[in-house]
Amino acid sequence: MGEWLSEVWRTREILFFLAWRDIKVRYKQAALGVLWAVIQPLGTMVVFAFFFGQVAKIPSDGVPYRLFSYCGLLLWTYFSVTLGQVGNSLIANSTLITKIYFPRVLLPAAAAVAGLLDLLVGSAFLVLLMIHYHVVPGWTILLTPLFVAETVLLVMGLGMLLAALNVRYRDVKYTIPFAVQIGLFVTPIIYPMSFFSGRLQSWLALNPMAGIVEGFRACLLGTPINWSLVACSWAVTLVLLFVGSLHFRSTERVFADIV
Amino acid sequence: MTDSITVENLSKRYEIGALRKETQLREQLVSLLRKPFRRRAPKEILWALRDVSFSVQPGEVVGIIGRNGAGKSTLLKVLSKITYPTSGRVRARGRIASLLEVGTGFHEELTGRENIYLNGSILGMKKREVDEKLERIVEFSGVERFIDTPIKRYSSGMRMRLGFAVAAHLEPDVLIVDEVLAVGDAAFQKKCLSAMQELQGGGRTVLFVSHNMAAVENLCTRALWIANGQVRMDGSTHEIIEAYMNSFTSAGDASSELTVVDGRRGSGEVRYTRVELLTAGRELQTITRSGKGVVVRMHYHANEPIERPCFGLKIMTDMGTLVTDASTWLHGIDIPLVPAGDGYVDLEIDFLNLLPGRYYLTIWIDSVLSHKIYDALENAMHIDIEEAPVYNSSRRIDSRYGLVYFPQRWNLEGIDRSAAAEVAPVRRTAP
Repeated sequence: MGEWLSEVWRTREILFFLAWRDIKVRYKQAALGVLWAVIQPLGTMVVFAFFFGQVAKIPSDGVPYRLFSYCGLLLWTYFSVTLGQVGNSLIANSTLITKIYFPRVLLPAAAAVAGLLDLLVGSAFLVLLMIHYHVVPGWTILLTPLFVAETVLLVMGLGMLLAALNVRYRDVKYTIPFAVQIGLFVTPIIYPMSFFSGRLQSWLALNPMAGIVEGFRACLLGTPINWSLVACSWAVTLVLLFVGSLHFRSTERVFADIV
Repeated sequence: MTDSITVENLSKRYEIGALRKETQLREQLVSLLRKPFRRRAPKEILWALRDVSFSVQPGEVVGIIGRNGAGKSTLLKVLSKITYPTSGRVRARGRIASLLEVGTGFHEELTGRENIYLNGSILGMKKREVDEKLERIVEFSGVERFIDTPIKRYSSGMRMRLGFAVAAHLEPDVLIVDEVLAVGDAAFQKKCLSAMQELQGGGRTVLFVSHNMAAVENLCTRALWIANGQVRMDGSTHEIIEAYMNSFTSAGDASSELTVVDGRRGSGEVRYTRVELLTAGRELQTITRSGKGVVVRMHYHANEPIERPCFGLKIMTDMGTLVTDASTWLHGIDIPLVPAGDGYVDLEIDFLNLLPGRYYLTIWIDSVLSHKIYDALENAMHIDIEEAPVYNSSRRIDSRYGLVYFPQRWNLEGIDRSAAAEVAPVRRTAP
């Protein structure tokens, strides 16, 4: 593992060039360019705020519903879009895999890194939204990068597992969008965790994105942090990262033969 | 360890069929449900490499030759760490760059300049290195004017140039090259070859796969002949190439029996059984002469009726250079159906204007309707062509003057003849 990590470190420039390629290509010939990074979560937020906030009157822990849902959607959009790209990163780059050697993990990693630009642009809009609602964050805002980092690790863990499986079983390609769609409803984005009873909450806590979204929102908006939920989410994330990298490492030797 | 590359007992096994069957999870589940206790059918196994060992000294330039499917490309892939050997190992010293394709990782939407950075980085250059060499790379590629244009607007030739320009500036300790010179125009090929010759001068180790024997002979000091996944011969370039070319035709040659020839490809619904070289009068001949009429008769056997096949042959020099490609399809001939059974086709050449030497025939049958190849044999037979005074020039026209001699006429009406009267006629012998 140590040798592997040092090789990845030595070839890190490839990671940046691959991520840079992904970013450059993503918004080429798109008139609105990187604005799409805001439009997606913003549009979803507007729809959610109308149906769930205004019509269904779902509570939002005393925070304006728009801000509440946008906080969740920001990380969720990164997670869902990037997971799809990481999961497909190996088959999308099959010509590279069969023609040249470099540590294979750079492909999923580059996809995960490339997604961060969208997150950054989306965050800028979040700041505007907070100013609009006169939200003054406390010291806990300093913890928010931890939740972003956790999301990246989670995407990498799950993504490496899915990408490696995808090389052999193309079924994965069809599973990801479907699973992500269901994930939206078992993650506290539309509703707060407090909306459900204790027993249901502990089931939801098994979803690592639940702790991430709740924790990120609490740190940003200054509401109380549910530390046990956050700890549970980190535990699941680290297990997934371990399993994902283990599976990836054990199968990467045959990628070029079967991709 | 002073070797640049050491290969020990390298083997690579592929399981054929495994590729297709397991790619859908559903199929696996279905077969598990249907026959839960039956063991899976044994897979067909192919040894692409078997017990290959050799070592290469620093600065050696080694050509790797062999027929299609002999295992050359698999060897290069294992050496470049793209795929892993089933057993055995490879040890290599220094920075290895492999060039199995020109322009690996090029992205259509990015500009030439951007692709230089991307490609360079994937091939193992640091960004600083690319920064330093950018100007030279651009100049070498000859596409300066379009360097900030997305390469989707490039012609395939321009793409090749750009890709090779990056590769030529890699400066690795070991360079692994696969048949990349086969494409591109002649002028550029020459440029690439000389770039590779510079590499050779720089004391780099180069492994080079090619079907162009002239290129191998020019560039390499040593050659490895790979056949059926094994090293058949290893030695000086000249010796190996000679042995390799001679291996194609051991039989009498005026007529080649083709029932068992290795290195054969194709699905086999129809196969060639024999090739004969006939005179214009349909008599067998072993050697023909420049300018004669010849008939190449290709016998086949079809196991089933074949709809719209195409019969073809290529004539190559002993150095592997393509002289001409002739096929029924190319000539606009439509063959609606070939019934099951035996038959033959004749290729009639009225005036064989090849200059003396040994030429090799590659023959194939494929389908006009799809890309399916029924049968293909590289170098199925050779033809020896002898000198003949057929061009009425009374000069000796041999292989020094090229590959072909065109039927020609010279018209001198444009020269003012009046002055010629004052010059004494040319005498062949001294007065």
